[in-house]
Amino acid sequence: MSVDTATVTRVARLARIKVSADEAERMTHELNSILGFVEQLNEVDVAGVEPMTSAVNTTMRWRQDAVTDGGDAGRVTLNAPLSDDNFFMVPKVVE
Amino acid sequence: MSLVTDLTALTLAEARAGLKAGDFTAVELTEAYVAAVEAARGLNAYIVETPEKARAMAKASDERIARGEARPLEGIPLGIKDLFATEGVHTQACSHVLDGFKPPYESTVTANLWADGAVMLGKLNMDEFAMGSSNETSYYGPVTNPWRRQGSNASLVPGGSSGGSAAAVAARICLGATATDTGGSIRQPAAFTGTVGIKPTYGRCSRWGIVAFASSLDQAGPIARDVRDAAILLKSMASVDPKDTTSVDLPVPDYEAAVGRSVKGLTIGIPREYRLDGMPAEVDALWQTGIEILKDAGATIVDISLPHTKYALPAYYIVAPAEASSNLARYDGVRYGLREKGDDIVDLYEKSRAAGFGDEVKRRILIGTYVLSAGYYDAYYLRAQKVRTLIKRDFETAYASGVDAVLTPATPSAAFAIGEKAGADPVEMYLNDVFTVTVNMAGLPGLAVPAGLSAEGLPLGLQLIGRPFDEETLFTLGGAIEQAAGRFSADKWW
Repeated sequence: MSVDTATVTRVARLARIKVSADEAERMTHELNSILGFVEQLNEVDVAGVEPMTSAVNTTMRWRQDAVTDGGDAGRVTLNAPLSDDNFFMVPKVVE
Repeated sequence: MSLVTDLTALTLAEARAGLKAGDFTAVELTEAYVAAVEAARGLNAYIVETPEKARAMAKASDERIARGEARPLEGIPLGIKDLFATEGVHTQACSHVLDGFKPPYESTVTANLWADGAVMLGKLNMDEFAMGSSNETSYYGPVTNPWRRQGSNASLVPGGSSGGSAAAVAARICLGATATDTGGSIRQPAAFTGTVGIKPTYGRCSRWGIVAFASSLDQAGPIARDVRDAAILLKSMASVDPKDTTSVDLPVPDYEAAVGRSVKGLTIGIPREYRLDGMPAEVDALWQTGIEILKDAGATIVDISLPHTKYALPAYYIVAPAEASSNLARYDGVRYGLREKGDDIVDLYEKSRAAGFGDEVKRRILIGTYVLSAGYYDAYYLRAQKVRTLIKRDFETAYASGVDAVLTPATPSAAFAIGEKAGADPVEMYLNDVFTVTVNMAGLPGLAVPAGLSAEGLPLGLQLIGRPFDEETLFTLGGAIEQAAGRFSADKWW
């Protein structure tokens, strides 16, 4: 399978990364190189094989359903490029 | 020779003994390293130096030593990969998108190291978000390998993504370093710099506070001067952690005690699929040397087959970018890091991410977004996860037949020059990880140990792959290879 420049532009939009027409063109070529490389997986017979979902067989540990952290908006917003009174600031979303 | 030179020449185990015997103080040891770090700035291994923090920690260590309360790593100066959150100290995964980020918390792995008495020298360079095999994708520029080809001044890469960690250990500007490994990022740079690196079993170290790349593959481990030092560091780094549900609740063994144990009675598998077409003869010869060393030490050598080996790298380049595209969605220009002005919220996201991510990271996010997008999930991601089951099954079959560990080359070549693989085809760089990536896909432990030099005088490494949570056998076997092959140090020119 391969992608065209329109598909790359659409995927970039999904990934919320602005790309120029030139960039999209160059990336189309690079992405097709990678997609060509992964194509060989089609040779493998995976009929009846379960997908791997975990690297080691473990059962999830249970814990008390209790609040163990939080309540510290000051620290949460500490690194925000723009914040006001412990709120994150963004451009107007709702008119 | 000055005291400064003397102290940085010691291994971690030797420095520990010297501190215990009172031959020198932790402050003296740290001062020697602070000076060595400054003198080696040309390598670009450290992106942030924290000498004041180091001095304060060393002073506290001396007080504990005086009180007879020394902990396992008391007064030992370490370098920390920029992927680990360090409270109040620059943590950016060497990406511009995390511009100015200083976490108000500490990663579990580094917290474990400080709780054991270690001293922090600074943050180490790496490929952006650990995506790369040469440290050339870092926002802070490439790292220069302390090793050079005989008779050449050309700057070589230290490997990646833990290029700063490997170069710093090889240049003796820290006693050991933290690193992480998603597809080979500990073992490949260790092999390129004549150092020892181990990626433990998935779940052995907590991932909490480590900037996420591909969560089902990422694992922390040390890069060190020798096998014993790597064993000492892993013991302190590993732990079960309520903040990472994939960390495993198993006791952490005394890995150091495994170094020097007899190899007699162990069975070593040699997988035929790792003999690649076009592999340099010296890499094949090194592999043969490793086989002879272990045979002479009393191990049994058997040929094995791991039939799905060739599919590990293509499957990795679906799974890792898919997980990365999800993990890196959090960099939005709102909560932390770089923010570009936008006309509306989506424009702000798109411009911030476009300005913040480098080319390789963008490539992987786009591949990941594509393979997870509607209509392609089954064809790509699901199929790759099924192939992963088959890769894991190959190893399980070998271990069930009595194999204790697998021996392979660590890399298909020695270190290459900066810029040498910067061509138009990204897959060429990806092939560096062809021997290491299987181990991440199966979640197994893997250790890289230097075993010889190339014709051009560059270090070459071997890889040992173990059963899940049997890092001890890897330290035993790695120790045997090191004892026979010797250790390899770069001549100082920097």
